[in-house]
Amino acid sequence: MELAVFIICSAIVLSGALGVLIANNPVHAALFLVETLFGIAVLFILLDATFLAAVQVVVYAGAIVILFLFVIMLLGVDRAEDLGIEPISGQRPLTIVIGSSILGLILTTLLISVSGPTGTSSSVSEVSLGGTNTKNLGGTLFHDHLFAVELTALLLTVAIVGAITLARRLKGPLQPLPVLETINDEESLPEDNEDVE
Amino acid sequence: MMILGTDPLLSGNVDLTVVLIVLMKVGIAFAFLLVAVMLMIWFERKLISDMQNRIGPSVAGPWGILQTLADGIKLFFKEDLIPERSDRFVFKLAPYLSLIPAFLVFAIVPIGGDFRNDNGGVVTWFGHETLVQVADPPIGVLFFLATSSIAVYGVMLAGWSSGSKYPLLGAVRSSAQMISYEAALGLSIATVFLMSGTLSTNGIVSEQSTWNWNLVTTGVVPFIIFVIAGTAELNRPPFDLVEAEQELVGGFHTEYSALRFALFFLAEFMNVITMSAIAVTLFLGGPNGPILIEAIPWIWPPIWFFLKVGVFLFVFVWLRATLPRLRYDQLMDLGWKILIPASLGWFLLIAALNIANDQGWQSWIVILVGLTVISVGALALMAAVRKAKIQRASQAFEEAN
Repeated sequence: MELAVFIICSAIVLSGALGVLIANNPVHAALFLVETLFGIAVLFILLDATFLAAVQVVVYAGAIVILFLFVIMLLGVDRAEDLGIEPISGQRPLTIVIGSSILGLILTTLLISVSGPTGTSSSVSEVSLGGTNTKNLGGTLFHDHLFAVELTALLLTVAIVGAITLARRLKGPLQPLPVLETINDEESLPEDNEDVE
Repeated sequence: MMILGTDPLLSGNVDLTVVLIVLMKVGIAFAFLLVAVMLMIWFERKLISDMQNRIGPSVAGPWGILQTLADGIKLFFKEDLIPERSDRFVFKLAPYLSLIPAFLVFAIVPIGGDFRNDNGGVVTWFGHETLVQVADPPIGVLFFLATSSIAVYGVMLAGWSSGSKYPLLGAVRSSAQMISYEAALGLSIATVFLMSGTLSTNGIVSEQSTWNWNLVTTGVVPFIIFVIAGTAELNRPPFDLVEAEQELVGGFHTEYSALRFALFFLAEFMNVITMSAIAVTLFLGGPNGPILIEAIPWIWPPIWFFLKVGVFLFVFVWLRATLPRLRYDQLMDLGWKILIPASLGWFLLIAALNIANDQGWQSWIVILVGLTVISVGALALMAAVRKAKIQRASQAFEEAN
């Protein structure tokens, strides 16, 4: 039963990953990515990591890929592209070399360290610690690995501040303000904004 | 395996009766949702007509109650158009991506069951102990958040795949709106988790079985945030910018016709019902309520549940009839600058109170300190927003001269 679920999910994950590479249209590629993420979520459930499965769907499928799609639609690059052009020369062969070496690295590590799939469930699952998956995960994160969590939080905050600083760079004429009556300091604003109110 | 949740039905021997009970539950939930949507559409049209001094649907059946059925049959036989410039596969897929999550959410809602005396909502059907909900996964309400984030895809892909500008604008608006308000929605639910100590819907309802509804124990604010963010998540007025008729024709479903349009319509109203059901489960004690006649105790929990859901449905229609649509920048301001900070602040306050309880601190001091910190944060945020506005205005003024 578990093996069957594993095989079906792996097929879904791998076909999704292949689809991301092959699809010509960026929107289709993003949808294939969702397929892969869903397959991984089911694999998490198979490992008793139910909380991770839910978070996988909420965060990755629900927020990150949506943002990908949002950007694709907003920038208007949502049509099939000519993939014959190589922006950096020698890009393709280099990709093949790097990609296959990373794959080889992961596979060798896996085979040496655990010699194949272990079949054991998540280390924070109900089975191994008692208590629910969510509680165990929270305990592990905020008790044993608190420093790493705080560091990650700091990193994310820095990333947000950086993104806002970059995005706030103003170009061209400014848009008229939507709400003008709240600012009393400026009395002589352009007259044509009256009708906005 | 705990994956299937805490339903005692599945913990023992799974025989044919158990399978049949599960199938019966699924069938009932499915049929209930379809009938409820039919009645909801009629209810909304009739109620709005009353509020606007009109008659509303009155021809099909008594008080026009069969109007939705007639509309459904009509839509079923209409010509099904697929725009030439559309992405055909995604165009056909999108309605199902909004409909299926709408159905799925209802699976985790307990609509009945005996929650008295720490009974945990267990009832006995055909000699088997079970819960009156289709599934009770350990991740519970996170399942609701996951499905509602999938529902965004339906709207977004429908708008994009139509290959036309109004649907695309509607889709871009809706995805931004739904992502923004999902954060506030999740944060307001987090306070409920904090009070209940569990994610499972059955556990949350059990916690509220002695009249200590989460509405009161979490201090009303998360409930208000949940209702506002939920309304925005549903794309209902006053947050219906997604399908603002005056600007976008029909929004994301402009190019849809016949059965596919009907599916979107179905999903929209089904989401209203499931959102109400989730709100009742999280904040208003679900099917908990007094047993008025002891002779038939099993009938009271569903009655209380449906009464509470009915109040929510009425409020949703009432909002639609009363409030004008928000402007887009007002929508974003409300979501990012008010709801998310407020829910975060409240979440921290509730967490501090919980710790104070554990440590035996004076709770009024904790409340005082917490409220001071929150108001200082709020003032700093307001000052920053005001400063930014003034700066922008003066820059625009210089630009204009």
